[in-house]
Amino acid sequence: MSVLRRLGNAALAPVLAVAVALVISAVVMLAIDVNPVDALRVMFDFGEGPTQQITALVVILNRAVPLFLAGLAVAVAFRAGLFNIGVEGQYRMATVLAAGVGAAVTLPGPLHVLLTVVVAMAVAAIWAGIVGLLKVTRGVSEVISSIMLNFIALGTASYLLTGPLRGSAEGASIITTEKIPESGWMPSLNGVFDLFGLANPPRQLYGFLLVAVVVGVGVSVLLKRSRFGFDLRASGMSPSAASASGVDARGMVVKTMLISGAVAGLIGMPDLLGRDHSYGTEFTSGLGFLGIAVALLGRNSPIGIALAALLFAFLDRASVPLQIAEIPSSVVTIIQGTIVLAVVIANEVARRLTRRQAERGSVVAPPATGDGSTGGGQGPDGGLPPDDGPGSATGPGIRTATGDAGRTDQPQGAGA
Amino acid sequence: MNESAPLAVELRGITKRFPGVVANSDIALRIRRGEVHAIVGENGAGKSTLMKTLYGMHRPDEGEILLDGRPVTFRSPADAIAAGVGMVHQHFMLADNFTVLENVVLGSEPTKGIRLDRAEARRRIQDISQRYSLGLDPDTLVEELGVGDRQRVEIAKVLYRGATTLILDEPTAVLVPQEVDELFGNLAELKREGLTVIFISHKLDEVRKVADAITVIRRGTTVGEADPRTTTAKQLAEMMVGAELPTPQTRTSTVTDTPVLELRGVTVASAGGRPAVDDVSLTVREGEVVGIAGVEGNGQAELVDAIMGLRPLAAGSIVLGTEDIAEWSTRRRREQGIGFIPEDRHRQGMLLEAPLWENRILGHQTRPPSVKGAFIDRKGARTDTERIMREYDVRAPSPDTLAVALSGGNQQKLIVGREMSAHPRLLIAAHPTRGVDVGAQSVIWELLKDARAEGMGIVLISADLDELIGLSDTLQVMLRGAVVATLDPAALTPEELGGHMTGARDTGAPNTSVGAA
Amino acid sequence: MSTAMATQGRASRGDLTDRLFGGSRSRRLVFGLLGLLVLFSAVRVISGEQALTSSSTFAAALLLAVPLALVALGGLFSERAGVVNIGLDGMMILGTWGAGWAGYQWGWGGAVVGGLVMGAIGGLLHAVATVTFGVDHVVSGVAINILAGGVVRFLSETLYADNPAGGGVTQSPPVSSKPPSFSLPLLSSGPDLLGDLEGKHWFLLSDLAGLLRGLTHGVGVLTVVAVLLVPAAYLVLWRTAFGLRLRSCGENPAAADSLGVPVYRLKYTAVVLSGALAGLGGVFLVFIANIYREGQTNGRGFIGLAALIFGNWRPGGLAAGAGLFGFADALQLRSRTAVVALLLLVAVLLAAVAVWQATRRKLTQAVLAAVFAAGALVAFLTVDELPPGIVSFTPHLTTLLVLSLASQRLRMPKADGLVYRRGEH
Repeated sequence: MSVLRRLGNAALAPVLAVAVALVISAVVMLAIDVNPVDALRVMFDFGEGPTQQITALVVILNRAVPLFLAGLAVAVAFRAGLFNIGVEGQYRMATVLAAGVGAAVTLPGPLHVLLTVVVAMAVAAIWAGIVGLLKVTRGVSEVISSIMLNFIALGTASYLLTGPLRGSAEGASIITTEKIPESGWMPSLNGVFDLFGLANPPRQLYGFLLVAVVVGVGVSVLLKRSRFGFDLRASGMSPSAASASGVDARGMVVKTMLISGAVAGLIGMPDLLGRDHSYGTEFTSGLGFLGIAVALLGRNSPIGIALAALLFAFLDRASVPLQIAEIPSSVVTIIQGTIVLAVVIANEVARRLTRRQAERGSVVAPPATGDGSTGGGQGPDGGLPPDDGPGSATGPGIRTATGDAGRTDQPQGAGA
Repeated sequence: MNESAPLAVELRGITKRFPGVVANSDIALRIRRGEVHAIVGENGAGKSTLMKTLYGMHRPDEGEILLDGRPVTFRSPADAIAAGVGMVHQHFMLADNFTVLENVVLGSEPTKGIRLDRAEARRRIQDISQRYSLGLDPDTLVEELGVGDRQRVEIAKVLYRGATTLILDEPTAVLVPQEVDELFGNLAELKREGLTVIFISHKLDEVRKVADAITVIRRGTTVGEADPRTTTAKQLAEMMVGAELPTPQTRTSTVTDTPVLELRGVTVASAGGRPAVDDVSLTVREGEVVGIAGVEGNGQAELVDAIMGLRPLAAGSIVLGTEDIAEWSTRRRREQGIGFIPEDRHRQGMLLEAPLWENRILGHQTRPPSVKGAFIDRKGARTDTERIMREYDVRAPSPDTLAVALSGGNQQKLIVGREMSAHPRLLIAAHPTRGVDVGAQSVIWELLKDARAEGMGIVLISADLDELIGLSDTLQVMLRGAVVATLDPAALTPEELGGHMTGARDTGAPNTSVGAA
Repeated sequence: MSTAMATQGRASRGDLTDRLFGGSRSRRLVFGLLGLLVLFSAVRVISGEQALTSSSTFAAALLLAVPLALVALGGLFSERAGVVNIGLDGMMILGTWGAGWAGYQWGWGGAVVGGLVMGAIGGLLHAVATVTFGVDHVVSGVAINILAGGVVRFLSETLYADNPAGGGVTQSPPVSSKPPSFSLPLLSSGPDLLGDLEGKHWFLLSDLAGLLRGLTHGVGVLTVVAVLLVPAAYLVLWRTAFGLRLRSCGENPAAADSLGVPVYRLKYTAVVLSGALAGLGGVFLVFIANIYREGQTNGRGFIGLAALIFGNWRPGGLAAGAGLFGFADALQLRSRTAVVALLLLVAVLLAAVAVWQATRRKLTQAVLAAVFAAGALVAFLTVDELPPGIVSFTPHLTTLLVLSLASQRLRMPKADGLVYRRGEH
């Protein structure tokens, strides 16, 4: 199948889902006396003049970077058949502790940033690792344990923020950690605009964008090209087949959660290193669950996730112009929510269609061999229809002892 | 048999199509009331599809069904049940966590208002059990029942619903000869009470023993009817397949003196009290096929798991060549030369939604040609998959085809090819030709014989007694987790083997001479 | 240790052990509960934390256990029919919103209906995705949770933003009426004998009085109805034909289908019902606060699911789980210092576990338990009051710990989570 056709097949489900979600949202909007076309126009309004337009672009990209990382973290676990729903708690714990460490030390520029990032990845990896450990040692469902750990993480982060790591004065309405010194700031990419002769917007484009791209490529290579990635994907497709092929199932669960957690730890870094430079009560929240949505929409592939992240970021950014136009901005949350549900249905339908196509497309005419034995091509007897599934006895039960001993069938071209 | 009475069941011109395949084409079936009628055909011929149509599990695309001369349409199994047709499935449809009573009455429960009337249900089941000599206790959990009892629960299910026509789909597939005789006794009781029995099978000797009439199906269509009294098994086989059927026979012995695998006192624990594998000792030498016979559920699967490292040993040692491998991981065992053809290929042998070249890698993802260093060698794997497809006659469009698209036989050939390509010292072949059509079956038998001739040690587990007797150099019989007999296949009949498998025979002095045929 | 073999074929483990741990299941249950009460009483006396066993704590525990139990019942129906329902939290959220919206307009009766209907709609979506389209159950559940959050925010913004009755983007106007409640005549009201006894702070007796009074004073009629739903669920699922068929869908749907049981229809029924029950749980949360507020569920949908798992998918067990987690929830709301007293309780329990594991020769587990017991004891002795951030996750931590300790012996319905498509099995 040509590359284009395969891409088309892969993109069909998400595109269809988004279309369906837009239709449903349009209906909802009509119900509250909002003209969907108006709303759409407002969402696409990037402002007048190149500066405003580039600012909008920067806002979208800045929002997309953490979403992309969140989707990546969830997707790594999904590929192994695990649900890392604890991404929210993982990145919050990671960010508050990384912010604390980052504020407490002074190191030369690149090292400072590196330390902060490493702390974040380690904390989140450990937090996710707890989920994996509980699953393999005590058989606790990772769905429930990760959700409980989410709450524990939020509570702990809140405690740390108001207690040991507090940086704001008493009585302040917004509480944050100590500000990280400038050596711990991630440089912005606005120089790129100058390079292309474009207007330099007041907003800074996160330098972490480059890191995110590298991480995306790294995850892609890991999953598709490495031995470990093969083991991981096999575990997700069929745990029993993976075990029989030599994969250590329990080790795989823990390692997957560690990797997923490590990526999750990066989620808070773009905002922390590029804008806020401290963790506080107003720090970006909810990225964990949006990450799940992005991973589902992107069908667990890094490129798909990148596109999905851009879409969701675009929608998020649209809430400001919508408010200005006096359209309820939670229209955006409705669109995002319906996309998620539509996408999981569309993904499933697409999966079944692909499978059915594959079964159909493989009917091969049996070769004209002379011995009359049936070839394997006359209809799948292992797939649809399940005529004789596994477990049916084999062969004819001719109980001849020594008679017919002279017959051995000629194999059809089987090697020696 | 009253020739002028309407036929109990008649099918005319039944055709059923699925995407990409015609499962049944213009089938004709004539079954008289009160007879035991067998439908024979090989794997994949379309028998099960036909019976599902008769039982209302799907609608035929063309043709009609007549019961006692009247045309009927079934929209669901409920309609068929109401019309008096009952199906005893090949793969039992029983809820393990429910009792016999709950399984039997499900869907037709006796009620007092909205309350389930258990007392009435119990009474009815005990009545049926006595009348047809089924020996069932309504309050036992199905999980605790053996295979023969489970089958009788299935029979009770249809009798409870007042079936007058029973369809039995491959009922003897999981039974040993002694249990088969018991079943035939039950069938005689049913016949005596005036019921009609349709019996689907591909075991021709059994069919000739019990059937009053036979219909042969091949490649989805009726080939003809046969009278068991005047047709030989050989003639039936030819009708079924269009040619004589192959048999697995090995002639010259290739057994050497070098042991490849030695199990000493191997014990594997199970969830209940009794160990699943109980103090098993056996040796496999280079060039030898050791067959392991036994009714399913007597520890063979657990023994395989233990050799492959999927289950821990509670006691004993496993020696591969000269090394004790009990502490080794599954991966290491595979790398060191154990090949594995699993019993359930869909569950343990392949990744259905992955392409063939990725399935080629499965199980061998640490060695060339699948890998280069820490990375997957995509090109190497694809080229090698093409080679395997050529040499092992795997019929599929390309190495990029998804595994789910292949027929059972082709999937199995791929698995065999993959495992052989790693040149293992020891091959564990669990039910290697299960669910595989005749052509692929003979290919696989040849491959096993060739491997044996090249010095591979093979552990063969199978429920097909002919396969076991034909291919093995020595036979170990497992019962309740222990080896109860070691037999020489050269002088063994299936009946004797069945006796050992069910423990009906005294083990006595084991017949351990391993000789040439 | 006596070595006589008991006549029932069970080896005697010594007179004392037999007396405490032997005998029938109900006897062991009663003894266990009694022991627990003694332990609580002792901890209360030692720590001086009256809130540990006060009637107000128990009353709050009952109030908070009910939503958990309702969610767990919803999960029971759904999972017994073979559909895993992670989306219960989302359905609960929809229920809270529906109760708020209908409640401020039509009183508590309207709130009940509103909550049931909104929760059922959430259930319907889950059913459509999982039963008709065959989506993986957990994925669909997570999607419903995300969608529910967005929907209630949207509806609040649309309906409450400029509403004269009050409310805003994250909350509704207050519910206009409260459901009726009652107290036991002599014991919990009027002369309030139990209250008197409780006030005396006597070991064991006062605690018992506190427990009884908490469960009988000012108890809402709806609370009683909700509690009765638990045995009702047992009767429906295990004593009726409908229940047998529903359970068969969760044990072996192919077998049920082959016998003419309408599997798809039963799954739909079960999942919609589970949504309605979760929604009803949300209604109770609204009654506690008298208002709908965003984030009200605070993860209770998942805690309820944990109660179901802890209860081994049986009504009695899930009620016990709901009670346990509800108690933890109530304690952290009532008194932050009392939570510290819980640490002493945990220390004692873990020490007992350590001893038990040691007698069974499981040394690593015994040492682990002993270490945690020591840690809990130290924490109890040194900490006066836990900060609000930490205390807030008491119920969630309790859930996690309980599941970690109990997970191994559980047995879910055999086909739970199986995506069933007719014809493919």
